[in-house]
Amino acid sequence: MEAERAEKTRMMTEDYSLFYGDFKALNNINIKIPTNKITAFIGPSGCGKSTLLRSFNRMNDLIPGVTTAGTIFLDGRNVAREDVVELRKKVGMVFQRPNPFPKSIFDNVAYGPRLHGTKNRSDLAVIVEKSLKRAALWEEVKDDLHKSGMSLSGGQQQRLCIARAIAIEPEVILMDEPASALDPVATLKIEELMNVLKRNYTIAIVTHNMQQAGRVSDYTAFMLTDEKRAGNLIELGPTKQIFTTPSDSRTEDYISGRFG
Amino acid sequence: MSRESFDRELQELKRNLFQITSEVRKNLTASVKYLEKRDMQGAAMIIESDEIVNLKCLEIEEQCLNIIATQQPVATDLRLLFSVLQISTEIERIGDYAKGIARISQKIGPGELIKPLLSIPRMEEIAGEMLDDAIRAFTEDDETAARNIPARDLQIDVLYNQVHRELITFIMEKPSNIEQTMMLDWIAHNIERVGDRVVNICERVIFTVTGVPVDLN
Amino acid sequence: MKKRNAAQNTAFGVFWLTGAVAVLIMGFVVGYIMVKGLPGITADFFTTSPRGGLSGDGGIYSTIVTTFYMIVVTLVFATPLGVGAAIYLTEYSSNIDNKAICKLVSIARFGIETLAGVPSIIFGLFGYALFVSALNMGFSILSASLAGACLIIPVIIRTTEEALKSVPQGYREGSLALGANRWETTWKVVLPAALRGISTGILLSAGRIVSETAIFFVTLGGSYRVPHSLMSGGRTMALHVYYLAMETRAFDKAMSTAAVLVALIIIMNLTINTITSRISTKQG
Repeated sequence: MEAERAEKTRMMTEDYSLFYGDFKALNNINIKIPTNKITAFIGPSGCGKSTLLRSFNRMNDLIPGVTTAGTIFLDGRNVAREDVVELRKKVGMVFQRPNPFPKSIFDNVAYGPRLHGTKNRSDLAVIVEKSLKRAALWEEVKDDLHKSGMSLSGGQQQRLCIARAIAIEPEVILMDEPASALDPVATLKIEELMNVLKRNYTIAIVTHNMQQAGRVSDYTAFMLTDEKRAGNLIELGPTKQIFTTPSDSRTEDYISGRFG
Repeated sequence: MSRESFDRELQELKRNLFQITSEVRKNLTASVKYLEKRDMQGAAMIIESDEIVNLKCLEIEEQCLNIIATQQPVATDLRLLFSVLQISTEIERIGDYAKGIARISQKIGPGELIKPLLSIPRMEEIAGEMLDDAIRAFTEDDETAARNIPARDLQIDVLYNQVHRELITFIMEKPSNIEQTMMLDWIAHNIERVGDRVVNICERVIFTVTGVPVDLN
Repeated sequence: MKKRNAAQNTAFGVFWLTGAVAVLIMGFVVGYIMVKGLPGITADFFTTSPRGGLSGDGGIYSTIVTTFYMIVVTLVFATPLGVGAAIYLTEYSSNIDNKAICKLVSIARFGIETLAGVPSIIFGLFGYALFVSALNMGFSILSASLAGACLIIPVIIRTTEEALKSVPQGYREGSLALGANRWETTWKVVLPAALRGISTGILLSAGRIVSETAIFFVTLGGSYRVPHSLMSGGRTMALHVYYLAMETRAFDKAMSTAAVLVALIIIMNLTINTITSRISTKQG
């Protein structure tokens, strides 16, 4: 059906491997993240899906002893050669636990733009409003922008973090289990939000929740560790196909809950 | 709070079901019309068009599977999907009946029929309206309508018995007409079956709305 | 069941008793000092300086001023060094691959832990040898503050480290993921979040300066006059208590000074408690 349509690729890995010291955590990953789509990474704990996600904005650089092989591309450019600040401006990230800074809602959203040089208060106000609107939080907080971001509910905090990420106009938003600390209602809101966000952004999400991957994503990547405990990409395809007729029996076992 | 994308997919599914229903409905009416007019080309067109209906039914099936696999429907949503699967099968069969009528018409071949058709077009008319109403009841979750429609199937049955008796008299009067007579009886039978299928659809509508399985036959 | 309940009751009874004894002892000490010391406290007591010599007459004005100077000057030396070292240790050193630097950092850590356990008189001797004699600063607020800074830097480093470590890792990741570098992250997110914890540490160190005697005994000189510059000697309140009790035998004055000292310490601790409890309600 529509999934067959040719799509642009926003990010891509080529024979990408990652090592913690001598331990190989990711083994020869080749994957494409299509533009303006939601790509979900699923797999059992420790399969390397979060590690892979954090490779896209080089968050793994922070961990001592990490080395990599192969290449990751953003719009055809090798991310390892990009300035890491520029890379992270283009590739935003939302984390598992909502992590608003202990600052006001306004300052939380304005943090990124300020960092990258927007100082004018009225310019910032425009960015803050636009970002909060896009994150579907504006109506709930527009009268309390001076309140601490920590005073919001968990779901609101996570949407604040999404607003904070999109305030610097990234091209890609990485989401590392963005709803795993939230209740079902808040989870649903985040999922609906992702569906809206994909019009403007490319989204990659790691989730433990297969049902969530089914509900929100256009493409699903299934990862699994091999006998040496290195993470491998087993299968990548349109979500509908992965969830109805996976081509690898290991994918089928996992999504049907027969192991993992 | 809503699940917009999920709801959108369900709406699209219903729309697709509605679309094949109107296609089938058109073929059913046309099959009898071409039979009356002895239009061989028209019959051939119906047979061709049924291929498309069958493909679209498969598409609906795939859509249902995708939604069940990715959206974890429960309660009303789950019953709805289940019913769409079943109703699409019923529609597909009704399409086959229309195609069957076209085939028989081709077999009878060009040339005047042994008798002008009276009851058969009437049967088709009733069955067609039942189908329209049933699918409307489904899209509007109208339980009352779904409960009232099956009564009209009795009219079809009465008409069918009438046609059947009539045709037997024909055979007795002129045994050389036996082949065409039997074919016309077959056609009437096809339309009678359409009525039964529509009753099945009504059962699914009631199940979707109330969650209680019913037998209206 | 009954047996086990009896055992539990006995155990809790014993703990209650020991707890009660501890509270009683503390209450007795504070109470004794207050009862003995409060009658001698008048407005004049705060506003006049000690007469000096062997008289024991006069108030504690100059010692309050000296104590205040000591707190300020010591913290001016110790805070930037202590906080800076703690930031380096927690925010930077853990991300360095260089083996030599890692080794150095672990030596530094060991050094800090050892320093925290060294008796204060050792710092005093060190201060006397280096600042008072070798560097020719004499018995002065400067010498004493530098020696005092050596004493409290380990305290500030450790409390600051604790405060920095209690800042959720998520803040750092959130900031870095927005394209901030390590310094921007530390300055704009981590330090503000750790500020209360750090101020607690600084207040604790100030308490240390207020209550310390041994180290100042050998670096501050003991002059009873109001200090007029960093190079002046002086005596802090705690030191004054010692002189009053041991040299002039003015026990009533010593008790009064002690009462003021105890009140000051109690106020400082209450402040620390309010700060820390606000932290826990905020994070809880």
